[in-house]
Amino acid sequence: MDELDRAIINELQGGFPVCERPYAVVAERLGTDEYKLLARLYRMREQGVLSRFGPMYHAERLGGALTLCAMQVPEQEFERVADYVNDFPEVAHNYARDHALNMWFVLATETPERISEVIDAIEARSGYPVYNMPKIEEYFVGLRFEA
Amino acid sequence: MSTAARVSKDALEPAKGGLDAVDRGLIAATQAGLPLSPRPYHVLAAGLGVPAEEVMQRLQRMQAAGVIRRIGAVPNHYALGYRANGMSVWDVPDESVNELGRRVGALDFVSHCYHRPRHLPLWPYNLFAMVHGKSREEVEDKVARIAGLLGDANHGHTVLYSTRILKKMGLRIGT
Repeated sequence: MDELDRAIINELQGGFPVCERPYAVVAERLGTDEYKLLARLYRMREQGVLSRFGPMYHAERLGGALTLCAMQVPEQEFERVADYVNDFPEVAHNYARDHALNMWFVLATETPERISEVIDAIEARSGYPVYNMPKIEEYFVGLRFEA
Repeated sequence: MSTAARVSKDALEPAKGGLDAVDRGLIAATQAGLPLSPRPYHVLAAGLGVPAEEVMQRLQRMQAAGVIRRIGAVPNHYALGYRANGMSVWDVPDESVNELGRRVGALDFVSHCYHRPRHLPLWPYNLFAMVHGKSREEVEDKVARIAGLLGDANHGHTVLYSTRILKKMGLRIGT
């Protein structure tokens, strides 16, 4: 990553214009040209430096639902339960964490009802309770990482 | 809402999530991201069979309605050197959680901040604040700043570090 890559990342976390030639607008702000900016974005997307570039949708406002779930899974059962949980396409991500509740995953479903169906299925199959922690209030989402 | 006046009546018809078929087509077309082409909205418009002007209006309307949080880049924070990611969790009085949550969420190093339910006795924490840093020490420093802000309202806290990513994929939203 060079200075231009860093400048692009820092600039584009703030937002992207909606107009006929938005890359040209951003390129001018950065003191570069449209094609160079496009080439850099393409490369950073390919290399995974950018996880995403585009509209960030608000799942609940699209009619879907999101929740955070945690489980307490004994070490010897961990892989089996992780495989089973990860098999659900509704599981967006899943992290092992250093706590008695050692498995934490996010469910993203097309309907609110589907959340409890997936949780019930995971509990029935794994034999362990799922602690459902849907957000009650959102105070902040987003962060500018200084590249 | 200033953009509402500029969109057709059809686009405001109530549908799932207040969106119509063209909106949902647009969402599907941008799931993988925005086209990397000089006129990205024209590319989307051609695929959907609608004028580019309409694509831009719909994106602006969805942004104004909060259906789109923003259009922009999400860097992979690991690639930028932010390798220590701590989920700090706090037990604060329910009657002041909103006030405290807003203050914690306003800190410039907190990426997500939510009020979530407790599960007693195993889980007494009701305020979640995700903290990112380049090292665990940096995360611990930031957690100490949150503790300082909460003062006596903090009845207990801990930080959960991720030890392994078991699965990670972009959110897929049904259309």
